[in-house]
Amino acid sequence: MTTGSLVDQAQQLLQSLVGGDLVEITLLSLAVSGLATALSLLIGLPIGTWLALSRFRSRGLVISVVNTGMALPPVVVGLFVAFTLWRSGPLGDLGLIYTPSAMVIAEVIIATPVILGLTVAALGQLDPRLRLQLMGLGASRWQTVWWLWREARLPLLAALMAGFGSVISEVGAAMMVGGNILHQTRVLTTAIVLDVSRGEFIKAVALGIVLLALAFLVNGVLTWAQQRGPQR
Amino acid sequence: MNEPNADATPPLVEISDLVVVRGARPVLAIDHLALADRETLAVVGPNGAGKSTLLLALACLVPLSRGRLSFRGSPVAPRDELAFRRHIGLVLPDPLLLNTSVFANVAAGLRFRGVSSGEVEARVAEWLERLGVGHLRRRPARQISSGEAQRVSLARALVLEPDLLLLDEPFASVDAATRSKLVDDLELLLHETHVACVVVTHDLDEAVRLGDRMAVVVEGRLRQCDVPERVLSAPFDEDVAAFVGAETRLPGRVVSTRAGVAMVDVGGCQIEAVSAIGPGRAVLCCLRPEDVTLWSGVVGGSPAGEVSGPVSGSPGTSATGSLPRVVSSARNQLPGDVSRMVAQGSLVRVTIDCGISLVASITRASAEEMGLGPGGRVLVTFKATAVHLIPLAG
Repeated sequence: MTTGSLVDQAQQLLQSLVGGDLVEITLLSLAVSGLATALSLLIGLPIGTWLALSRFRSRGLVISVVNTGMALPPVVVGLFVAFTLWRSGPLGDLGLIYTPSAMVIAEVIIATPVILGLTVAALGQLDPRLRLQLMGLGASRWQTVWWLWREARLPLLAALMAGFGSVISEVGAAMMVGGNILHQTRVLTTAIVLDVSRGEFIKAVALGIVLLALAFLVNGVLTWAQQRGPQR
Repeated sequence: MNEPNADATPPLVEISDLVVVRGARPVLAIDHLALADRETLAVVGPNGAGKSTLLLALACLVPLSRGRLSFRGSPVAPRDELAFRRHIGLVLPDPLLLNTSVFANVAAGLRFRGVSSGEVEARVAEWLERLGVGHLRRRPARQISSGEAQRVSLARALVLEPDLLLLDEPFASVDAATRSKLVDDLELLLHETHVACVVVTHDLDEAVRLGDRMAVVVEGRLRQCDVPERVLSAPFDEDVAAFVGAETRLPGRVVSTRAGVAMVDVGGCQIEAVSAIGPGRAVLCCLRPEDVTLWSGVVGGSPAGEVSGPVSGSPGTSATGSLPRVVSSARNQLPGDVSRMVAQGSLVRVTIDCGISLVASITRASAEEMGLGPGGRVLVTFKATAVHLIPLAG
């Protein structure tokens, strides 16, 4: 590779950045992953808390299923969601296939078991008598749960980071249900796949750096939130 | 409800007909237990007896398979549980402090109750001072010592000014010296605040010091509940006797009674005991080691005098007739051989074989003065009032 071709390619890269595609793609990545993580938290945290604190006969089985869900292959999730939302599929009338909404649905299915499973683990690490102690000091059910979350805030934020990490980096399902349509459903990961398939490695690398930076930024904020306050 | 004293003030808390099951196994079954205002009940028993479960049941924190908890005469229904728990303060064996400042830990219970922040500030400051940990208020709770943490845990419960204080082995996590100071302080606080208190402990001395009454729980059952003196001197059954330190426990049979004194045949030896149990009954003779006096140099005809224990009164009537006597009011006098000696702090626990095996506890100094050693010949004396008889079946 000559110096001249490198300069050319740098020029191309600059053009694509200025062209606005990158900003759009990055924002959509952030929006889809952020929304999916938030929804997963909304589902996973309450259910995980309930699973961690209650005792019933098939609890062990349910937790095993959730933990298996943490290893759910995104491609399989994509296949399932694509099949369901396909125009001839069961929910085809909603017209969601190849939309950001479809991507959010798929990513929620991927991130929820992660957040749920790690929430169960986070609360499971607490001394079981802490709940009794809080209730014995007159805490209501919600006050007790609030303080347990507060006590487990480090591993709970780790759960959130793992959830976000699993969707921001995911490509199989995003491709399958989003379709990688420019200006509509193209996100960083799907764009990278496309660029690599076209042999546009420099652009792919640039997108990769943006993706890494984004992941670093979001996790940095969460880590800061995790580590502040009284230390152990 | 058929309360015998319907007009009288109802007890502060009362549990009746209570069963707690864990797995398929009943871990606690209590027919009845009541606690009055201002009363301190010490719950004692061996490890795993169900003491902690009893305390959690009193705090409405374990599901009851059966039975009822009443507070000031009215049963605590499931929807009243939170309101009931806001009358109590709970301290567990480990301080279980929250990962925040000492101040916020002690404030937690008040904040649960929606107490105004000005009042929270004042009350937390007051109670941290009273527990001697005022200087720690800004410190992260995870950075203080275990003795300090236990004081914070006590402050956290006492700041609520509860009607009922529930303490589960509150001194379990601290060393002996810290523990002794904590017990002193707690005794004073209980006295000052007049708060009704249930304290679970496996330490008999603490139970006697702190408790107005003492409840002995063995194998999930309330075996005896009485003032500490009576539990110690007249244990209800063998398990209680063993727990409260009656180390000599020998089965025998009452052969005769005269003027409130029962003559008991124990493995061929005759032991006199103050008891109303009639002739023919199988009994267990219980004797505390500190009530046994040892005499040396009396065997062989010339009493050399006692080494430990008072000399008073006239010689007692002989148990077996032909033994050498010492001047003692003790009705029971048995010769024997020292079979085992175990040092326990400043005391020595001596096992004597008199045909039956007896345990005595004497000071180390006495043992040295007597030249006591395994195989040595001694005379064992104890009063008829020191022997407690427990009727046995059959």
